[in-house]
Formats: sequence, structure tokens, C-alpha cells
Amino acid sequence: MKRRAGTMELVGGAMVLSLLAVALFAPWLAPHNPIRAVAPTFGNPAPPSWAFPMGTDELGRDVLSRVIYGARISLTVGVAAMAITMTIGVAIGLVAGFFGGKVDFALMRFTDVMLTLPGLLLAMAFVSVLRPSLLSILLVIGIVSWTGVARVVRAESLSMAQRDFVLAARALGASSPRLIIRHVLPNVMPIIIVMAALGTSGTLLLDASLSFLGLGVPPPTPSWGRMIEQATMYFRVAPWLATFPGLAIFYAVLAFNLLGYGVLRRRSM
Amino acid sequence: MLAYLARRIVFGAAVLLGTSLITFSIAFLIPADPAVAMAGAKANPQTLAMIRHQLGLDQPVYIQYAHYLDRALHGDLGRSYIRRESVTHLIVSRFPATAILALSAMALALMLGIAMGLVAAAWRGRALDNVLLVGSLAMVSMPIFWLGTMLLIAVAAVSRTFPLGGYSGFKSLILPTVTLALGSAGYYSRVLHANLSQALDQDYIRAARGKGLSNARVLMKHAMANAMLPLVTLAGLDLASMLSGVVLTETVFNWPGIGRLAFEAVFNLDIPLIMGTVLFSAFLIVIANLLVDILYVWLDPRIRLGEMG
Repeated sequence: MKRRAGTMELVGGAMVLSLLAVALFAPWLAPHNPIRAVAPTFGNPAPPSWAFPMGTDELGRDVLSRVIYGARISLTVGVAAMAITMTIGVAIGLVAGFFGGKVDFALMRFTDVMLTLPGLLLAMAFVSVLRPSLLSILLVIGIVSWTGVARVVRAESLSMAQRDFVLAARALGASSPRLIIRHVLPNVMPIIIVMAALGTSGTLLLDASLSFLGLGVPPPTPSWGRMIEQATMYFRVAPWLATFPGLAIFYAVLAFNLLGYGVLRRRSM
Repeated sequence: MLAYLARRIVFGAAVLLGTSLITFSIAFLIPADPAVAMAGAKANPQTLAMIRHQLGLDQPVYIQYAHYLDRALHGDLGRSYIRRESVTHLIVSRFPATAILALSAMALALMLGIAMGLVAAAWRGRALDNVLLVGSLAMVSMPIFWLGTMLLIAVAAVSRTFPLGGYSGFKSLILPTVTLALGSAGYYSRVLHANLSQALDQDYIRAARGKGLSNARVLMKHAMANAMLPLVTLAGLDLASMLSGVVLTETVFNWPGIGRLAFEAVFNLDIPLIMGTVLFSAFLIVIANLLVDILYVWLDPRIRLGEMG
């Protein structure tokens, strides 16, 4: 088992880095302006060609450039939503695990309720009543995705809170907030980082799903999910419109999953 | 055992109560006025006041919640603003299509997931194991709506007669089922593989091997007995994510179920229908989890005999 440890997270890490590079250097990498008509085929999507490797859409925009720029908005939303998810989940998990007893019971039952609800349906409901905007989408994704993180962090800090070094610090008179932040948090950090990688794959998928349902970041910002939503009308005549943005989402989600599970698997062995 | 089940039922009821609070809060988050949504933008103030009174919107929040809860307990989830029909009736009429889709997807996901997990565990640490591991991660990483769209494109390219959407018999069920099942199958196979790997390192497995039992028999009879239990719980819990997938699958394939209904409700900002579909999904999940708990009692002698009761 040991001999292949590392391959998964290395490949995943490299894929994540490539995504970051594409998002960062989009203006240099993209051959065309993503929101301008650049092909003479206005009104008719054109199939992939040498000039436009991923074809053009119904407005004559270059799909490759849109996919490249889409990395920016999709990754930004994915990572920012992950940060919100982690903040809520880690806070609830730490407090529940550290204090135990009634606090733990109340917080975990609340987590169970949230875990029971279908996340996407809840997110759809909230985004639709709050109206889709970058902020509302980030908040809603965070609100529906934190439960898994809270459970894992709670389990880790539950055992950590009873360790000798924490008890010693408590005997020296350290306050609960200090104990949590200085002693428990640093020791559950490794699992938090793993959960962050896995969480990003979840938020990326959720954001793409919301976009596909018409609840994503408003146009003309090219987001991968939104591109597929617009492409469904043309799936018979222009399949390339849905294929390439979907591959991009798939690649991004797989990258974070490989990274997260790779690290997780090595930890548990 | 009875105490265990009673606790689970109380918990299920508490979950539903919590859900009702969340769905009720949806109605308060909305910046738009439901009276305006119902009567139209050009309605005069008297009409609006009358509608608000009819909807009970002029009463204090907690009274409104009590009324909402009371009606929900009696099976009344309000009337759709747009369709002017009872929400309960709409949901009940759409339920069979969703149930067929979800059940067939769950069955396919379990079969595929168990098969993949077993094969991976039997070839543990070898090339096939790695291939299946990466394959299952790929299945989990695939956006459902994209997979559905790709299947549509592929099938439309090779066949002119295969049903591409709607609900018209067995053939029309195939594509949505595959779309919905693939992600869950990948997830189950990974969990089963992890459980089996853990079980295979235990002493009782070494003892079984020591008796001279074949690898296949050790895996199927001894390791599976312990690895299957967590999978049952997982499948119950996974229903929540499957219902999320149902929304996307039904939207892609124009499947006349609750997911499609929820999508239309969100599209039209039809608040009672949005609240109703969320609450009903939670209800389904609570019932499914109760069934899993009962199944657990039957499968796990420790609970049946009261050790963990």
C-alpha cells in the first residue's frame, strides 16, 4: 500500500495548480474576448475548428475563451463558498466537541436536521427568494454545506479536548476560548485542510448546479454551469457548447477530490 | 429495542419540526410581497389588504407559524400562487414519477457500488483496485446535469426513436436512472471498499483464512457481514443527496416529478410550492431513515437483543 501513497494527491495537486494558473493568466491564455462576438457566424453556433478549437456559441463568442475565463468565476465562487462552509462547520464542530454535554447535544441535533435536508433544494429555495447575486450564492452554499465539516471536526476535537496537554493548560488557568484556539484548533488543523479540499469539490458542484438551474451569478459573466444551462437548448445542433464547460467542471471537481481523498487515505493508513 | 425505535421516531418528528421552521422562514426572507405576486402588480390596495387578510399575513409571526404547522399536520400545504391548485395535491400527483426514478436509481447505485467495492477489495492493492478507486472518484466528481446532457447528446446521435425526455414507460426510465445513479454508485463503492479493507485486517478474518476457507468465501460471507451494515445507513442518508440529484435529473430529462415541480416553483417564485416541496422531501427522508433504523434492528443482533437499546 505504501508504495503508491502520494500519487493521488500529487496528481490532484497538480490539477488544482493548473486550474489556478488558468484562472490567474486568463487574459494571456484566452485567444479572444469571452463576452464579445468574434466569429462571423453570429446567430448560429459553429463547430470546433482551427480558429476556434472549442467552437463558438449562438452569439458568435469563442467557447475556449469563455471556458478559460469561466475558471475565474467558478473557482472564486467555489473557494469563497468553501471558506464560508469551513468557518461555520469548524466553529460549530469545535464548540460542540470541546464543551461536550448539552452544548454538543444541541449543536449536533441541529446538524442532524440540516443533514436531513436535500442541500440543493434548500439552496434553490433560499437563492430564489434572496435573488441570485454573488453574495447570496456564497452565503447559501455555505449555509447548506457545513454539516459534514462540523461532524468531522467535532469528532476530532472531542478526543483532543481530553488529552493531557489540554487538561494541563486548563489546570494552569487557560480560558475556554484560549484552549480552543491555541490548543485544540492547531491539532485538528490537518483534518480541516483535508476537509477544505473535499469541501471545494462540493461547493464547485453545488455552484455549477445552481447555475445550471438558472440561479447562478447573473450573465454575461461566463460561468461553466451557466454555459451548460444556455447550451441545453442547442444540444442537438451544437453539442460542443455543453461538452467543454462540463469537462471543465468535471476536471476541477476531480482535482479537488483527488487531492482531498489522497491525503485522507494516507492519514487513515 | 422498542426504546431504540421510539427514540428514532421522536428524533424524526423533531427533524420535521426543525424543517418546518426553516421552510416557514423562507416565506419571510422573500423581499417580494406574496399578495402582489397573487393579485398582480396593478392590484389596488383594498384587494391587496384583502388577500393579506385571507393569507393571514396581517397576524403576528408566531400565530402564522402555528397556523402553518397546524395546516401542514393536516396535510394542507397551502395553494400554489401560480397554478392556483392545492400544493399537497400537486406534490401527491407528481410523487409516483419521482418514486420510480429514485427507487430504480437507488437499486442501480447499490448494485453497481457493491459490485465495484467487492471487486476492488478482492484485488486490494493491485492495479485493478487503483483503477476502480480513480473510477469511483470520477463518478462522484461528475456534475449530474452534465452527465445527463451528455447521455442525451450521445443517444440522440445514434438513435432517432429512443425517448429523450418525459415519462413514457420503461425505455424512458433508462437514461434518467443511469444519470442519477452513477454518483451514488461511486460513493457506495468507495465506502464499501474502505469497510471491507478494515474488516479484512481483523483477527476473525485471519481465523477464517486459517480454517482454509477460500478468498471468495472469506470476502463474501465473513467480511461482507460487517461491511454491509454501514452501507445500509449510508444509503438511507444518501437519499437526501439523491433528492438533490432528482431536481437536476428531472430538469434535464423533463421528467414529470417533484424535482421538476420544485424547479418550476423556484423559477416562478411560487413560495407555497417551494416550501411544500422542501418540507415534503424532508418528510420522505425522515421516513426512509426510519425504515433504515427498522432494517438495522433486524440486521444487527446487538440492537435486537437490547445491548444498544
